[in-house]
Amino acid sequence: MEFLAPTTLADALAAKAEHPDAMPILGGTDVMVELNFDRHRPPVLLDLTRVPELAEWSRDDRRVRLGAGVSYTRVIDELGHVLPGLAMASRTVGSPQIRNRGTVGGNLGAASPAGDSHPPLLAGGAEVELASLAGTRTVPIDEFYAGVKKHVGRPDELITAVYVDVPTGPQQFSKIGTRNAMVISVSAFSLALHPDRRRVGTGIGSAAPTPRRAADAETFIAGALDDDGLWESKGALPDALAREFGERVQTAASPIDDVRGTAAYRLHSLAVMARRTLAWAWSDYQGGTNA
Amino acid sequence: MRVTMTVNDEHHEVDDVWEGESLLYVLRERMGLPGSKNACEQGECGSCTVYVDGVTGCACLIAAGQAQGHHIVTVEGLATEDGLHPVQEAFIEAGAVQCGFCTPGLLVQTDDLLRRDPEPSDAEIREALAGNLCRCTGYEKILDAVRLAASRMKPEPGTLS
Repeated sequence: MEFLAPTTLADALAAKAEHPDAMPILGGTDVMVELNFDRHRPPVLLDLTRVPELAEWSRDDRRVRLGAGVSYTRVIDELGHVLPGLAMASRTVGSPQIRNRGTVGGNLGAASPAGDSHPPLLAGGAEVELASLAGTRTVPIDEFYAGVKKHVGRPDELITAVYVDVPTGPQQFSKIGTRNAMVISVSAFSLALHPDRRRVGTGIGSAAPTPRRAADAETFIAGALDDDGLWESKGALPDALAREFGERVQTAASPIDDVRGTAAYRLHSLAVMARRTLAWAWSDYQGGTNA
Repeated sequence: MRVTMTVNDEHHEVDDVWEGESLLYVLRERMGLPGSKNACEQGECGSCTVYVDGVTGCACLIAAGQAQGHHIVTVEGLATEDGLHPVQEAFIEAGAVQCGFCTPGLLVQTDDLLRRDPEPSDAEIREALAGNLCRCTGYEKILDAVRLAASRMKPEPGTLS
């Protein structure tokens, strides 16, 4: 095995071009487990923790550019108020030690359907930046996931950043697990209200081969809120609407039975989480705290 | 490969490190620092918690090469020539140590908590130690120990900390 530790992005991209089968490593919270348990022996370990371009975030009025190497702890501490949905999900990741090292970029690279970052990125709107010697491109988050633990990045590309939309409305995240810490989600759901566009964003975790949106539920609830004039009136959210929203979120999922939970429980919990996160976000919207 | 780093203020240089080796293995097996414990090897138990440049992490999840040139502090670095660290004293006095396997990680993580927040609430203590598993104590004595350490480490009023 080779260990490469480039100190510039240009060197990192050159290394990935030369070694397309290199395994990038940031916080190591996934990659090192594979190595420790001898499940995977990549020919090259490509350490990206010394690449300064990956370690920073910046923002403009519209979105945050979150470098792939920014830890969950920094997302929580430095962006908690800017990206509430992603920060909520980040607070549920592992433990303090895991959050200190683990990164959103690494979560995207692993592309596990259970990754905690994915639902809020799907709900809030995001684009993944992929770079190679051939150039840089961005992929909309809902086109990024390509299968269980697979994404559309090419072997010569590195995930360099994710652009996350600055919210125009309240965001929520909910996750089911057996305890509060060190939990891989049984199921997860994130919701974002986009009052500027009169849209509602959703993200489902751990209940399909990939993280995914519930597009039909999004269209349904946005239309219903429009029809009832609720975006303007900020009136009470009818129970029947929230319930049907939950049911439609459920139909977007295609979960399996596994060691963490049954498909039936995942479907049930998704409907409950969808209904509750909508109610919480709507309550925030009515209060005007995030709008 | 050769890896050099500072551990507990001492310069260390080790050779023949396998490229996929963890910092934990290097500390325990190559540097003779067995304080950080090897249990789960997947970041679940927190027994190998160390500081890397002042930030805590699980040494089992850090590749040796990632630690190159960095400053590591292990549980062995908490005590000084003058004696045990107040967190260590508190764990002993409160009976927060039984088999002792989880203790090194809990000590480092507690030290980190009290550096950042000298007066943590019970909820904050529980959150800070959520990644450190103890299978003996039931955690109540550990909470007692953290509260005791906090009360002793609290900066005196009017002094700069």
